[in-house]
Amino acid sequence: MSRIIRTEEIAKAVSRLCRDANLKLSDDVYSALQNALSMEESSFGKEVLTELIENAETAAELEIPICQDTGFTIVFIDMGQDVHIEGGGLKDAVDAGVREAYRSSHFRTSVADDHIFSRKNTGDNTPSILHLEMVPGDVFKVTVMIKGGGSESVGRAGVLKPAEGKEGIRRFVLETVEAAGPNPCPPIIVGVGYGGTTDYAAYLAKRALLKSLDEKNPDPNLAELEQDLLDSINRLGIGPAGMGGRVTAIATKIATHPSHIATMPVAVDISCYALRRKSVQI
Amino acid sequence: MIDNREQGTGNKYIELTTPLVDKDVEQLRVGDRVLLSGIVYTARDASQRHIVEDLEAGKELPADLKGQVLYYTGPSPAGPGRVIGSAGPTTSARMDVYVRTMLELGVKGFIGKGRRSMDVRDDLKTYKAVYFLATAGAGALLSQHITAAKVIGYPELGPEAVYELQLDRFPLIVGDDTYGDDMFEREWPRWKR
Repeated sequence: MSRIIRTEEIAKAVSRLCRDANLKLSDDVYSALQNALSMEESSFGKEVLTELIENAETAAELEIPICQDTGFTIVFIDMGQDVHIEGGGLKDAVDAGVREAYRSSHFRTSVADDHIFSRKNTGDNTPSILHLEMVPGDVFKVTVMIKGGGSESVGRAGVLKPAEGKEGIRRFVLETVEAAGPNPCPPIIVGVGYGGTTDYAAYLAKRALLKSLDEKNPDPNLAELEQDLLDSINRLGIGPAGMGGRVTAIATKIATHPSHIATMPVAVDISCYALRRKSVQI
Repeated sequence: MIDNREQGTGNKYIELTTPLVDKDVEQLRVGDRVLLSGIVYTARDASQRHIVEDLEAGKELPADLKGQVLYYTGPSPAGPGRVIGSAGPTTSARMDVYVRTMLELGVKGFIGKGRRSMDVRDDLKTYKAVYFLATAGAGALLSQHITAAKVIGYPELGPEAVYELQLDRFPLIVGDDTYGDDMFEREWPRWKR
């Protein structure tokens, strides 16, 4: 038995998610900013956090994007293997949704076709990147993530020696965050992926950013490591907008995968304070 | 002259209107809050590369930059009934390489986010110009201080074109001053543990 989903429905969902993610800050991020404001001690830091909260309210009210950088569009689809898609290609449907949202909502198009040769703006923010995961059953979950250039520029991936262990991962994360400094628009959300292969760790780090900020990691070891990383990052002093303060990050999220006995790939994907991702089930 | 390094966060609030002269920028110290009004020009890496190429080719530039302020931003397009979309600062470090040329053209201020290189800080001292920080990530809020916008150069670049923006009390913090001081260098050690 297969469930049929039309590509038009998928395009519509993607379009709505692009619009929503760019205009309305998610509840978990909004509460995390409020919480950050109550913890911040620096006067510059408090001022910045107040402005960021006000910015989110202005954006939602006036339907102006939260940030002028309406990002590169990354789409995650968890597709049940009992689903059958009709009406054309899945990738085309996703890009049709992106195109429609960026044109009708007056979002900035920020995709260059090639940085070395022509460097032409593609004009509609496509192509997007599509990560497709096949899952059991007939679910069809679409998530859109909007990633700005400032935060994407400071991500990092590498391969550590397994003997470097937890300390190695801590060092890698802290070095990445410290080197990024004010550029990714702190307070940041830090996605960490370790295990798998270098490319897969980078994917896990991005995927970690999809987790709700309200939920604790179910694995107690990882929950402890997330807290430890967050505390260590918040001792760096970078603060909101890098103006100095207690709150450099509002959350750290980890995703892992088993890896080869000889390698420990690790990746850090940093999001600006405005972690923009929205999901829907079709 | 108040020395802010001694004063901690006891910083001044100053209103300025472009174009700026030496006297305007020399009074500014790291951490001062400035409300900037008047015309500024947007500039990103792509448009500044064009400006440098046009200079070399002896072509006329989109604007006379003497005393002017460049805003590192690529605004989102204006929705119906608005002058502009979201318009917050982009990462300034990408434009470090063009700062010397812009200063030689008479630019007195740059608006952006994040740190500048030591070379830029030295050049700001030499040429008497400042680097302003606008709140990173507050593009919707900041857009409310922009009262007019038009593209005046390189329209083919789309969001990276040069826009002339009219600002009304646009809120800024001095990030690098004409004395070689830097906001981040001053603040981080205070909070690092």
